[in-house]
Amino acid sequence: MSFLLAITPWPVASALLWIILVTAALYLIRTTAHNTIQAATEGLHRSFRLASKAITRSEKNLAARNREVLLAAGREAKERIIEREFDRINDTVRKELANYSSLHRALSESIDRIDRDHQDAVDVPPDPPGWVKAVKTVAKMDAKDGRAHIGEILSHIHKSLVKAHKEAMSAYHAASAKRHKSLRQMRPEWRLIQQSLSAVGKNVDSLLGRSVTIDRHMDEYEQIVAGQDRAISVLSSSSLVNFFVSAFVLAIAIGGATINFSLIARPMAEMVGGNSVIGGFQTSDIAALVIILVEISMGLFLMESLRITRLFPVIGALPDKMRVRMIYITFSILFLLAGVEAGLAYMREVLMHDELATSAILRGGTGATVATGYEWITTAAQMGMGFILPFALTFVAIPMETFVHSLRTVVGMMAISFLRLLSLLFRLFGNVSLYLGVLLKQIYDLPLFVPLWLEERTLKKAGNVGIAQRATQ
Amino acid sequence: MRLLKLAKLTTVAMLGLTLASCSSEEDKPRNSGVYMLLDTSGTYAEELVKAEHIIRFTLSRLDATDTFAVARIDTGSFSEKDIIAKASFDDRPSAVNRQKRLFAQQVSEFVENVQPARYTDITGGLLQAVEYLNEKGTGSKTILIFSDLKEDLEAGYLRDIDVELEGFDVIALNVTKLRSDNMDPREYLSRLEDWQGRVEKTGGHWRVINDLDGLDGLL
Repeated sequence: MSFLLAITPWPVASALLWIILVTAALYLIRTTAHNTIQAATEGLHRSFRLASKAITRSEKNLAARNREVLLAAGREAKERIIEREFDRINDTVRKELANYSSLHRALSESIDRIDRDHQDAVDVPPDPPGWVKAVKTVAKMDAKDGRAHIGEILSHIHKSLVKAHKEAMSAYHAASAKRHKSLRQMRPEWRLIQQSLSAVGKNVDSLLGRSVTIDRHMDEYEQIVAGQDRAISVLSSSSLVNFFVSAFVLAIAIGGATINFSLIARPMAEMVGGNSVIGGFQTSDIAALVIILVEISMGLFLMESLRITRLFPVIGALPDKMRVRMIYITFSILFLLAGVEAGLAYMREVLMHDELATSAILRGGTGATVATGYEWITTAAQMGMGFILPFALTFVAIPMETFVHSLRTVVGMMAISFLRLLSLLFRLFGNVSLYLGVLLKQIYDLPLFVPLWLEERTLKKAGNVGIAQRATQ
Repeated sequence: MRLLKLAKLTTVAMLGLTLASCSSEEDKPRNSGVYMLLDTSGTYAEELVKAEHIIRFTLSRLDATDTFAVARIDTGSFSEKDIIAKASFDDRPSAVNRQKRLFAQQVSEFVENVQPARYTDITGGLLQAVEYLNEKGTGSKTILIFSDLKEDLEAGYLRDIDVELEGFDVIALNVTKLRSDNMDPREYLSRLEDWQGRVEKTGGHWRVINDLDGLDGLL
């Protein structure tokens, strides 16, 4: 650097000379430099904008794809719901209304019986004789009137009439009793009809309720098919909720699997050896993990065969006979594995006691561990857990299916957000680079303030002269 | 931690167990071999109760497929007959526990009925230990010498041999000071230096542990 100051005998003069030279050089190439800065920053600006547009395009494509996926998933889910609702209706109709013809016959028979009983009840009993009063009057006629023989005759007639009257009355009572009996017989028939009709009413109400639900689902299905924004928004939020809920349940299941692992990993050493290693991990640990993974797989197949989940279309498409066989096979394997786990859990307890006894001996004790009498509770609890956990893990299939389905949408949404942010950042960088060009030009001009000032003055003067000349002309 | 382990295991399973198992790292045995020499000469035999404590501690630290042997140092120790108890532990934890209990019992019986030896052939014992552990082919090899390190050979026994100790850890335990050491500590120090030199000369790693309460770093 010192040689720069040595071009004249006076360093200050050298420095001044250099400043003048550099400033002059910068002034001379000012336009070119400005153009270069402009070109560079505009190039950057365009590149960033181009990248931003490309990302925006990708984001739109992804959003469209995500929308399609969401709609397809929503359509499929809705179809399943509607299908199940129809299945339920089918079940109701088959179970409750299949015997409608017999019910109808029973009702008709009841009505016939009621009709018959009613007819019986309508039969009028014989009227009590109306002329009894007249006979009484005749019977009261005095014999003193010289009509003693008439009186006697009338007295006989009276007796006969009284007898006839009694018979008529008893016939009347019998008829009335029969009628009342017929009316009494009608009561259970009425009740039967009432019960049958109320049962039918309930079923019809249930069907009506289901039809309302189906209508609602059909409306939503139509909205999904039409690709309405409302449907998209509902499906998105529902997908997010499903994702988080299923992730939470899966986390619980992982906890269960961890407990299961710790139950069987230790005793597994008795089977596969305690010191063999695969890939840096003990073989017993890997064997325990494999058992748990096999249990989860069996659980998945079981759920699939039961058509509770639909992760494997091949299983769902199997003939019913084969599917039922698969149910039995997977359940049997699960049951056997659960039994093995219970045995291993028991073995774990035995091994622990053995190790405790050995440790006690090695510490200098007798080796006899203190028995509290409650050890069986721990053993039973461990065995119970070993047996139940494989079956509990079976149900992992349900949240897993939800998780897998919602994951697609959620990952899509996250990718869209990321691309949107990236696009925004590129646009920001593009604008920043544009203003950077202006800033760099200003910074370039900063040391050239003297020649620029002189240039401005010269131009102003030349401008004034020009105006004066034009004014003179 | 358990969860982390499970996750790691799953990853390993996914990455392919076969590939991992074929790596050269797995070719090397991972088990340990320990050979303990007990000095039974003269008054040192009284120290054997402490040795029993060390043996039990060692047993508690050993695991499946490990090897452990305890031998006495007497007039001529380069012999299998001097091995008091030996065990190559089984792969199954339950069998290992049984073997450990039996081992501890054998050592106890020996300590109760031990007869002091007239001479101390440490080099012969060391040779026997090296031979035994090399034969077992364990991953790590440790020789514990429970002695005052004062070798006293009977006439006719030649022990001026370099014992090949490459890959061996030799740990001297409870190296007690003799009456003569108290009078001239240089004797004690030179004895230790002499043994250290012999061990390290042939590639072994030498350590001395006299504080038997701090056995945590023993294995």
